[in-house]
Amino acid sequence: MKNLFKYTVRLADNSLILGHRLAENCSWGPYLEEDISVTNTSLDLLGQAEEFLIYAAEVENEGRTADDLAYKRPEIEYYNVQLTEQPNDDFAHIQARQFFMDAFNFYLYSALKNSSDSTIAAISAKSLKEVTYHLRRSSEWLIRLGKGTPESKERMQKAVNDLWQFTSELFEMDEVDEALISEGIAIDLKEIQKLWKNKITEIFKMADLTYPEGGYQATGSRKGYHTEYLGFILAEMQYLPRAYPTAKW
Amino acid sequence: MVTKEETYQHIWELFKEIPDPEIPVLSILDLGIVRNISSEGDTLVITITPTYSGCPAMSQFEDDIVAKLKENGIEKVKIVMTYDPPWTTDWINEEAKKRLENYGIAPPIKGTQDKGVLFKERVENVRCPQCKSTKTEVISQFGSTACKALYRCKDCLEPFDYFKCL
Repeated sequence: MKNLFKYTVRLADNSLILGHRLAENCSWGPYLEEDISVTNTSLDLLGQAEEFLIYAAEVENEGRTADDLAYKRPEIEYYNVQLTEQPNDDFAHIQARQFFMDAFNFYLYSALKNSSDSTIAAISAKSLKEVTYHLRRSSEWLIRLGKGTPESKERMQKAVNDLWQFTSELFEMDEVDEALISEGIAIDLKEIQKLWKNKITEIFKMADLTYPEGGYQATGSRKGYHTEYLGFILAEMQYLPRAYPTAKW
Repeated sequence: MVTKEETYQHIWELFKEIPDPEIPVLSILDLGIVRNISSEGDTLVITITPTYSGCPAMSQFEDDIVAKLKENGIEKVKIVMTYDPPWTTDWINEEAKKRLENYGIAPPIKGTQDKGVLFKERVENVRCPQCKSTKTEVISQFGSTACKALYRCKDCLEPFDYFKCL
């Protein structure tokens, strides 16, 4: 059950941290509709995170609730990929980060909806419907900005180049994955990687963006190692429940 | 002697009286949120499913269900959440879709998702709830709530919400 707990928490943490990052844009969107879109995407992700955390708490069965998991774990016990915690540098970075994650989640949930774990399968089937919208929207932004003005193209290319170093980590696997793949619960991420690369190539082509090759690739989130940004996110996110431990929604 | 089935039927009827907090012309029954009614001993078990994962109305639905049952003398209630099968707008019946349109929200078009403007697969025939023209365009994939997209009618020029297909 330890493996299943860790796997479920990873799924939750990707959505939780990305959802939190997007929520930071509330009232900062470039225009009203986009402000609403970014925060509604955030809402979907936080909802998915909650569903996975409720299940993780149930699997762990040690009396912790979904809220305990979200608000009382330290940085080293968070397993989100480092891509999700990268800052909202500009709108191009927000959409490039989103596009990489949306494409990953789309293929991941497409596969996980057939997981032998019925709860993971059900949450994935549900999340897939939402992520389909997200992927279409972030793909459109890559194309709009990539084919927009010289400045928008330059900024989008820079965002893609800056964030590229965090993309290999999406497909890293460890003993948790291996154990659960053999039980039909988890998915072999090597398969997802092929589909992801095809999607990225397709959209980059439509957007006139150059596919970044090689370079340094970050690693560590599977062990709870993060970039400096996660600590700041958690400090803000966890402040209230840590300062007022008996506070309820 | 009232049978269990009769009691359940009565409870299903009660749920028609609970409106969606954001879209009051739809009841929680119209939306298909309540999946099952059963009992464990003397506790009534209501199984519900979320519309969108992060739908902020869900906790409101739970409170409203408990309050409605309490009003009708049922105190012991347990709400259980299920995700399988995932909620779909296909569960909204035709009569409820008409009410949505009259309310000014274009109802979901069965079995489709509204498609992106830059991709060819897009659905063209979302109908303007004001003037009924089908010459409409997407302004934003997300409208005033996560379940709605924002459209504009090219004939009457009015913007309107489209209840997204999920």
